[in-house]
Amino acid sequence: MLRYTIRRLIQLVGVVLVLSLLLFAWLRALPGGPVSALLGERATPESREALTRQLGLDQPIVTQYFKFLGRALSGDFGTSTGVQPGDSAMEIFLQRFPATIELSFLAIVIAIAFGIPLGYMAAKRRGSWFDNLSVGGSLIGVAVPVFFLAYVLKDSLSSVLGLPTEGRQDAIDATRVTGFFVFDGVITQEWDAAWNAIEHLILPAIALSTIPFAVVFRITRAAVLDVLDEDYVRTAESKGLTAPTIRQRHVLRNAMLPVVTTIGLQTGALLAGAVLTEKVFSLPGVGQALAIGFERRDYPVLLLLIIMATIVYVVVNLLVDLSYAFIDPRIRTR
Amino acid sequence: MAHSRTARRRWTAAIGLTGVAALALSACAQSDRGDESGSGKTGGTLTFGAAGAPKLFDPFYATDGETFRVARQMFEGLVGFKPGTADVEPALAEKWDHSTDGKTWTFTLKENVKFHDGTAFNAEAVCANFDRWYNQKGVAQSEAVSQYWLDNFGGFADTPDKPSLFKSCAAKDAKTAVVELTTSTSQFPSLLAFPSFSMSSPEALKKYDADNVVAAGDAFTYPAYANEHPTGTGPFKFGKFDKANNVVEIVRNDDYHGTKAKLDKVVFKIIPDETARKQALKAGDIDGYDLPNAADWAGLKSDGFDVKVRPPFNVLYLGINQLNNPKLQDLKVRQALQYAINREQLVKSQLPEGAAVATQFMPPAVDGYDKSLKAVPYDLDKAKALLAEAGASDLTLKFYWPTEVTRPYMPSPKDLYGAIAGDLQKAGIKIETTSKPWNGGYLTDVDNGAPDLFLLGWTGDNGTAHNWVGTFFGRTDNRFNTGKSPWGKPLADALAAANAEPDAAKRTKQYEELNKKLMEEYLPAIAISHSPPAIVFKKEIQGVTPSPLTDEKFGSASKG
Amino acid sequence: MVTPTRKKDRIDALAASSAEPDAGVSLAASAWRTLRRSPVFLTGAVIIGLFVLISLLAPWLAPQDPSDPMLIDQVVKARNEIPQPQDGHPLGGDLQGRDFFSRVLVGSQQTLIVGVLATLIGLAGGLTLGTLAGAFGGWVDSVVMRLVDVMLSLPSLLLAFSISALFARPNQYTVIVAVAVVQIPVFARLLRGSMLAQRHSDHVLAATALGVKPGAIVFRHMLPNSLGPVIVQSTLVLATAIIDAAALSFLGLGNPDDRIPEWGQMLGDVQNVFDTHPHLAAWPAGCIIVVALGFTLMGETLREALDPKSRR
Repeated sequence: MLRYTIRRLIQLVGVVLVLSLLLFAWLRALPGGPVSALLGERATPESREALTRQLGLDQPIVTQYFKFLGRALSGDFGTSTGVQPGDSAMEIFLQRFPATIELSFLAIVIAIAFGIPLGYMAAKRRGSWFDNLSVGGSLIGVAVPVFFLAYVLKDSLSSVLGLPTEGRQDAIDATRVTGFFVFDGVITQEWDAAWNAIEHLILPAIALSTIPFAVVFRITRAAVLDVLDEDYVRTAESKGLTAPTIRQRHVLRNAMLPVVTTIGLQTGALLAGAVLTEKVFSLPGVGQALAIGFERRDYPVLLLLIIMATIVYVVVNLLVDLSYAFIDPRIRTR
Repeated sequence: MAHSRTARRRWTAAIGLTGVAALALSACAQSDRGDESGSGKTGGTLTFGAAGAPKLFDPFYATDGETFRVARQMFEGLVGFKPGTADVEPALAEKWDHSTDGKTWTFTLKENVKFHDGTAFNAEAVCANFDRWYNQKGVAQSEAVSQYWLDNFGGFADTPDKPSLFKSCAAKDAKTAVVELTTSTSQFPSLLAFPSFSMSSPEALKKYDADNVVAAGDAFTYPAYANEHPTGTGPFKFGKFDKANNVVEIVRNDDYHGTKAKLDKVVFKIIPDETARKQALKAGDIDGYDLPNAADWAGLKSDGFDVKVRPPFNVLYLGINQLNNPKLQDLKVRQALQYAINREQLVKSQLPEGAAVATQFMPPAVDGYDKSLKAVPYDLDKAKALLAEAGASDLTLKFYWPTEVTRPYMPSPKDLYGAIAGDLQKAGIKIETTSKPWNGGYLTDVDNGAPDLFLLGWTGDNGTAHNWVGTFFGRTDNRFNTGKSPWGKPLADALAAANAEPDAAKRTKQYEELNKKLMEEYLPAIAISHSPPAIVFKKEIQGVTPSPLTDEKFGSASKG
Repeated sequence: MVTPTRKKDRIDALAASSAEPDAGVSLAASAWRTLRRSPVFLTGAVIIGLFVLISLLAPWLAPQDPSDPMLIDQVVKARNEIPQPQDGHPLGGDLQGRDFFSRVLVGSQQTLIVGVLATLIGLAGGLTLGTLAGAFGGWVDSVVMRLVDVMLSLPSLLLAFSISALFARPNQYTVIVAVAVVQIPVFARLLRGSMLAQRHSDHVLAATALGVKPGAIVFRHMLPNSLGPVIVQSTLVLATAIIDAAALSFLGLGNPDDRIPEWGQMLGDVQNVFDTHPHLAAWPAGCIIVVALGFTLMGETLREALDPKSRR
């Protein structure tokens, strides 16, 4: 187990190094690069050359990469040129990451809260109109572009429910402790601030939850169907156990395995979805930073955020694998 | 390089700030503005939806409209702009005078003015500020940092090869500062109304290491003064920048030397998405935002919001580059282009209410505007005839248009390009289209003379004609390559002479004549339109005067 | 049996469905029998059939030139007016006064091209890598699959965003490349898995024994048997490519030149008028949803039909 974990972590380091080198080289190869980003349209040959020298961009690319790596090891991934010019990329990531975690967490909670019961019910009534309808719905859910759905939600639901449509929190005096606004509100007992932050999360979280919801639903349904066919469930039924007992002891417990792992594996979809959702709802998270970074070609920030997204994605995958092995003893013996 | 320094500066406000107003200037809230303070209630918080985060809070190093918007509430310069106009009026200087050669300027300062840190504002502080600007060192001299100084004053103390407009500053007594210039220019003193040249507390500058700009990796980092301790004399003081929540707060300065602000606080909430700003206003989350989409004005008005339309202070033009296609050096061909474009229709369908067809390269509010000029009407037949006459009936032109940008004069470049290209094709001109991101190659290509035709425009910094036509055609190797025509050099010389003329009346006359020649004899580009940008507030917000320079002051504002 | 949940596992499971080459014919035949009677598959097929038909005939079906701003005089931005539905223009005009109905119709063409090209590029890249890995095995396999795993370890839509952002000047081709590149590792893993499964099968061993060249074995014997999973994956990729292209436009990473309409771009470009002219967004969005759904329905039912496990 430990060896497996270590091997995966070493692989991760390899992936990150290769990725950073590729990104770094590509970004440096772009016409203009950081100098254009800084000087914009104002660049004259003289000022361009002066700035290139000031920033050390006239040195060989390998030298530059190792310098970058050296700085990166001390947490300095460069300075933003577009998202929040002058701030370090790492600072931007750290400031914004809590917002994205809050949003993704709520989205996953919504996906589970609706996906699992619906999936279970659909499987139990396989072939019924309810099953067909919900399967159809989940397929449509995946076919709708996330940002379009976000706009539809924003335009239709916000006024009905009286929910805010932008930002993380109103400009109220709230104490900042961890950067997780909801959590901060709870630990400082500023309930208004906590509730205000939750209100801001509801609509974007619904929009973001559609794809994980559809996946959780379908996996649950498929898993329950698989389990319903298994001998032990048939045995339990023939033994005359009551329906709730069968459901809890046999069906759900066994069906949960793939569902649990699926949830972890939705991180990728959530990260990409957050870029779109946070843009629509002007939510200052990592996704919005990526969206602005793409728009303004803020390469230092993009470089760091893409690397961080990869790390988060790989680490979550690793955790899922580990928990999978932990939950299902059959795997450990492999 | 192919353009004047001022020319480049105008563009910079757009760097990374799609949809954000251009420049804006000066941070002065006048003490004698009794008429505006009127009946408004005291107290309350105004929440304003900003399109982007301010880069920093030290206006001297700033280049972005969002920084200027916040800075002009906290800082004041020696001179300012009269609310709602581009006219210079006194601010921290009560009055000023200049020598006959226009090189020595004596400013008489307002008394009993204190910076936010309690230190006194006096002539020594003025000179400390000038000396700070003039003595920038190292990377702070970079164009990406001290841009406004470089563009307006030129070089620094230790760059003898790069001359500076600034020569020296002396404190004659506590309330008299004498500024010596190296040459006379129509830009002075109005350039001192730029927020970049507002007065900072010398003590705070020193304490918070204001000049310590560091090149870090691919960009620059700024010292504590610029990030957390901006210290000016304005009606508001810096509060905080809550980056996690994307909110900037400034609070009332209770020791303000003029009429104190009514609002307790102004909060700038950063909402990058345009529709999100509109919805936030409608939902009551914010009290106002800048540059509402022209298509939304009517809807916002009918929903009971106060859409304040600024006087148009910009120009959109179709640039003609004479470098590559010799046919474009023929006046007849350029006139044909002017006849072929249905500007009336363009203004009507694409631009906001209050937009007008341009008769020349500057709007009526600028000194030197020639009222006698009339807009050339749309005339397709005449266009075709002129092309035939010039032997250019099978003309093929490379037309460039920018993506990833909206400007007050150019709300939707794609739609404007579509309309103009359609018109030109009707006249039998073949179009080869190139679109590039504004910051990602478009402006570089335009400066390098790649296109034949290009969309560009200008938002004025001040009311001097030099800021307009001087910027466009003041050199022969400009974006239009007017040097290719015999009149290019005389035009540039005449513009320089007009700028150096110390007598205001004579100067105005010279510019009027130049404008006439520009439209009738030279026609280096097609002036298309002037369009008014707007700013929108809730009805209960009062006391904000829309400014052509987007120089709106919240010191006079009240809520309810 | 546990339902596969990871991207890798899912791909491998799909690849395994081609692992019975000798049963290939009967599998295809029985799959076709199942599909013919499946209303879900038929719905998908009808949608896609119509979509392809419309996109092929669009130039003749469209009543107007989709790039001609013929209704420009009815556009008044200042009053938020765009051309209303009228004679010859059943859906009115867009923000530039072009016939909206024609744009929606002709938009199908470019959308199909984006989807098909993205799939073909993904397939070609995947084929090259997968064939290399699957046919030669050994260290080639290790190197190629490490590379594929690196790519699979990035969220695919995020990877597509990043690739687009790396182009200094986006255009219609960069969009296709961005949505295609992220599919390469998927196809590579799929084909490699499928070929590994066949390497020791009787017909490949027989061909090798008869002295058939390795290249010929790959193309004549192995690839045809991998076709099933590839078709399944392609239909699913077609759906994703169209949705991803829309997301790119929405982020400003799409093709800025809109003279030739494309649904994703039409949808992404009107983000500022979603609330005031919802139909400008609803039409392309509706088309994308229906077509993506059509591909998904076909893909999912195909997958089920080809999966021996589900045919009980």
